[in-house]
Formats: sequence, C-alpha cells, structure tokens
Amino acid sequence: MTTTQSFVPSVHSTTAMVQAVDVHKSYGRLEVLKGIDLEVAPKEVFCLVGPSGSGKSTFLRCINHLEKIDAGSLSVDGELVGYRRVGDRLHVLRDREVARKREEIGMVFQRFNLFPHMTALQNIMEGPIQVRGESKAVARERAMALLDRVGLKDKYGAYPGQLSGGQQQRVAIARALAMQPKLMLFDEPTSALDPELVGEVLDVMRGLAEDGMTMIVVTHEMAFAREVGDALVFMDGGVVVESGHPREVLTNPQHARTKAFLGKVR
Amino acid sequence: MLATNTQVTESPKAPRPHDGSGPLKVVPVRRYGTWALGVVVLVLLALLVRAFAGADIEYALVAKYFTASPILWGVWHTLELTLLAMCLGLALGVTAAVMRQSGNPVLRAVANGYTWLFRGTPLLVQLLIWFNLAIVFKTVEIPGLWSASMNSVMTPFVAALLGLGVNEGAYIAEIVRGGILSVDNGQREAAAAIGMSQGKLMKRIVLPQALRVIVPPLGNEFIALLKYSSLAFTISYSELLHSANKIYTANFKVIELLFTASLWYIVLTTVFTLLQQIVERRLGRGHNTQTKGFGRRLATNLMPPSWR
Ligand SMILES: Nc1ncnc2c1ncn2[C@@H]1O[C@H](COP(=O)(O)OP(=O)(O)O)[C@@H](O)[C@H]1O
Ligand SMILES: [Mg+2]
Repeated sequence: MTTTQSFVPSVHSTTAMVQAVDVHKSYGRLEVLKGIDLEVAPKEVFCLVGPSGSGKSTFLRCINHLEKIDAGSLSVDGELVGYRRVGDRLHVLRDREVARKREEIGMVFQRFNLFPHMTALQNIMEGPIQVRGESKAVARERAMALLDRVGLKDKYGAYPGQLSGGQQQRVAIARALAMQPKLMLFDEPTSALDPELVGEVLDVMRGLAEDGMTMIVVTHEMAFAREVGDALVFMDGGVVVESGHPREVLTNPQHARTKAFLGKVR
Repeated sequence: MLATNTQVTESPKAPRPHDGSGPLKVVPVRRYGTWALGVVVLVLLALLVRAFAGADIEYALVAKYFTASPILWGVWHTLELTLLAMCLGLALGVTAAVMRQSGNPVLRAVANGYTWLFRGTPLLVQLLIWFNLAIVFKTVEIPGLWSASMNSVMTPFVAALLGLGVNEGAYIAEIVRGGILSVDNGQREAAAAIGMSQGKLMKRIVLPQALRVIVPPLGNEFIALLKYSSLAFTISYSELLHSANKIYTANFKVIELLFTASLWYIVLTTVFTLLQQIVERRLGRGHNTQTKGFGRRLATNLMPPSWR
C-alpha cells in the first residue's frame, strides 16, 4: 500500500489551482487513470468530457481525496493532496486533516446527494455549523443568501423529496458554496435531470463562473462548455486524449476518438 | 367511489344495470374449502378445550395468582431486566456496528470477534458462565481504587443483565450494521465532501437515516428478549418464571402457575407489539413502507425466533 512519491512539486505549480502530474489510479487490477497530466488555472472553468467509464469521476474524486492516487502527484492550490510536506519528507495526512482540506473544495454530484432528513436550509447550514462551528444565526443568514442566489429563497423549509431535480441540484450547489470553497467540482450535474430542468442549473453555474469561481466541470453539455468554458480536456480510457480551448476542440477535434465521441453527444 | 359519479342513486357499490331494470346482483366466488377447513379447525379446538377443561387443573388458581404479589414482583423484575438489558444491548450493538465500519483494523477485529463469540454460543451457557465467574475470579478490582469479592458483585441480577445485554448487543450490532449499509453511499460522500469527520458523518448523516430500517427489527428483538429473560430463572434471578416456580414448588400447582406466567408473557408481548406498531407508524409517516398488520405481527412475535 506504500506509494513512492519520487517527485517534488514543480516550481510553477504555485500559480495553478489544480495540478496533476502523471496521476495513476487502479481499482484492484483495473487501471482507471493511466497517467493524467493537466493544470487548472485560478478562476478558470475547466471542462472534462469523455465517454462513460473513461475515469472522469474517479479523477474528480481524487482531487478532494475521496479516492487515493497510486502514483504521480496531484496538488490543489500548491499543496499536495493527501500529504503534508515536512522538509524533504511527505507525511500522509490524518483523516481529520483530510477532512479539513475537503472544506475548501466544493463538490456537486450527479445524483444531488442532499441529506433527505433535513430541509433545504438545514442541508446548507449543516457544514458551516457542524464542520466550521459557526453559530446558527451566522450560518442561517448565509444559507438564506445562498438560497436566494440559486433562486430558491421560498423553498428553505422544503425537504429534498418535495423538490424537483433541478431544485435539488441548486440546493446542492448552495450547500457546497456555504463552505466558501476556492474550487468547485461538478460531476455531471445535469445528467440526472429532465431536459427542461437542465437550464436552471446551468444558469446558476454560469453565474458562479462570472463571479470568478474556479470550476472543474464534467459534463455532456457541449453548448455550456463552448460558451462558459475556458479550457477543455477530452479523456478516454484513463488518459487525456486532447485538450485546448473548448471552441477549438469542439469545432475542430484532432483525434479520431474525440471526433467519434463528439459525433455521438451532439 | 368516484366523486363525479352523481347519476347513481342506488347503492354505490352495485354496478349500474345496462337495461335500467335495477341493480344486478354480484355473486362472490364460493369458497367451500375454506368453510370445510374452518369446521375441522373448530372441532379440533373444541376437543383440545374439552381435554384441558376435563384435566385436573384448578383454573380459579390461574386467575387468583395472576395478581398475587410475588407474581406481580416477578412481572416487574422481568420488565426491569428486559429494559435494562435492551439498553445495554443497544449501547454495545451501536458501538460494535460503528466499529465495524471503522477504518481501524483493530477496532474492526474487536467488533467482529464480539459478534462472532456471543452469537456463536447459546445464551443459556453465557448466563451460567457470567453467574459462575466467582469460581475463577475471587475478587474484582480496579487496582489501587476499588476492589470487591466477585460473589458480592455478580449477583443473579447483574449476571442476568450482563448475560442478556451483552448477548443482545451482538444481535443488535448486526441489525444496526444492516441499517448503516442501507444508507446510500452518496450520502457519506456528500458529507465527507463538505469536510465532515467520520464520526460526525456517522452521527449526523448515516445513523439518522439508518434508523428507519433499524427500528422495526429492534422491536422484535425487544419482544424476543422479554421472553428470553425467563432463562434468568436458571441463575435464580427473581423474574416472573422464578416467582411462579417458587410458588409451585411449595404447593405443587405446577401447571396452574405456569399458565399464570404464560398469561402474563402473552399480555406483555401483546402490549409491546401494539406499542411497536404505533412507533413504526410514526416513523414511517411520509414514507411508503408497508407495516405488517397487528395479527400477523403478533403471530410473528409469539413464534420461537428460529421459525421466523
Ligand atoms: N469504487 C470502484 N471500484 C471499482 N471500480 C470502479 C470504482 N469506481 C469506478 N470504477 C471503475 O472505474 C472506471 C472509471 O469509472 P468513472 O471514473 O466513474 O468513469 P466516468 O465518470 O468517466 O464515467 C469504470 O470502469 C468503473 O467501473
Ligand atoms: Mg462519472
């Protein structure tokens, strides 16, 4: 289970929000990530596209350490994920330290994963109160402001089961934002939604991008990627096949695999 | 009945006639087999009742002892023991179940060992071992702080409480574990993603959701425990069966007193079955879980556990 980390984070990594160098990840014998290299700049909307099973979710989960990488290096805001550097040694972080790092990274899931036994407001207040130890009053005020921001101010008392998919996903975004993250990860946030509800979620994400949030978005919404994205990576079979500006890659793909994939999602 | 169906003036249940001559008669399926079987059962029941009525049993005594003070004390002790053992079992069971989810292999091994050991040996044997610990440990002590002779500590009550509670905990651990596993993994991920520690995540997110799955079988466990508490008779704890036994060894009215005790057990299981149903209705509110009817549930609770 020991990992050899034979590298040191390179100098220019301090400017990147996320930097991946030769990231490998296997589940048992199945190698899911086969050496991912990429860099996400601050305030960038970074789109990750690719066929199902290509390792997009796995890569996102590695960024906030829900999964541990096997080899390579992954750093967020200049700090290695899962390790603390002391001199020339890397100490594996304790669970508590990992949890603290996760506070700074918001995550939005395909299936929303709201806490069903809590109201929309309670869902959003849960992190600030339980994790940050904020007072109820402070947490509540910010939660209400966030609900307002995602256009659901009047739904504060509703339970997830009483909300539509689009509304649930907007609450989930507000829940992540309540921790005031410096990076947001979106894992196919509109894939579980009825087509007519996709727009309301994308609108919220567009607003976030305009406010300068750094976002990594796994999506099949090519129109969104083209319009809002600053960079796009096409992944297939655990490797980055092609990357560039969304407009370039989407209108003029270079690789056959990219062409085939784009032909299917359009 | 449809609210919009205003033309029907006759019985709303009867289908409307096609020719306007009046309601048609509905002939249900005739179930002769059911009737025949019912008659057979009634006859057998009557024979059984006659046999017991003709037997040398003083039924007046059953009623008389039902409210006798030693029996009432026995009922109270049975309830007390059951409640406390259940509390101990819950504490141990939840702890063991959470430990089994832990990332720490030592904690996991301890929890696994606990359930394996206490589910793998008969409860009666466990009770006897607790009660007889004094043979091998003469004293219990916290070095430098406190010490006492094992005989004075391991009273029948303490032995019964530990025996039933520790055993129950092993079963409850499995139930709670099942409940924890029933919670969608996405819930754990979402909680972890906002920076919750493992402990908090369990307490705030997973266990509250697991509760709906956990509570119904816990009710069954409680009722089973109520009946298993009669095993404490063997280590002479003064519960219901022991009280009955004390009386019939003096007056030889064995069956009468066993009937009295049985009657009490039936009353208690019935009352708790009703309570269990009320709790479940509350818990299931807003969810579309089907709860079993009272009759079915009572039948389950009166069955020996091995039949369920
Ligand atoms: N926890 C896991 N255990 C084993 N295999 C997994 C696990 N999670 C994902 N996989 C496998 O890893 C591969 C990549 O999955 P994923 O990252 O979810 O792809 P994507 O999000 O691009 O569809 C798939 O083949 C999937 O079956
Ligand atoms: Mg995925």
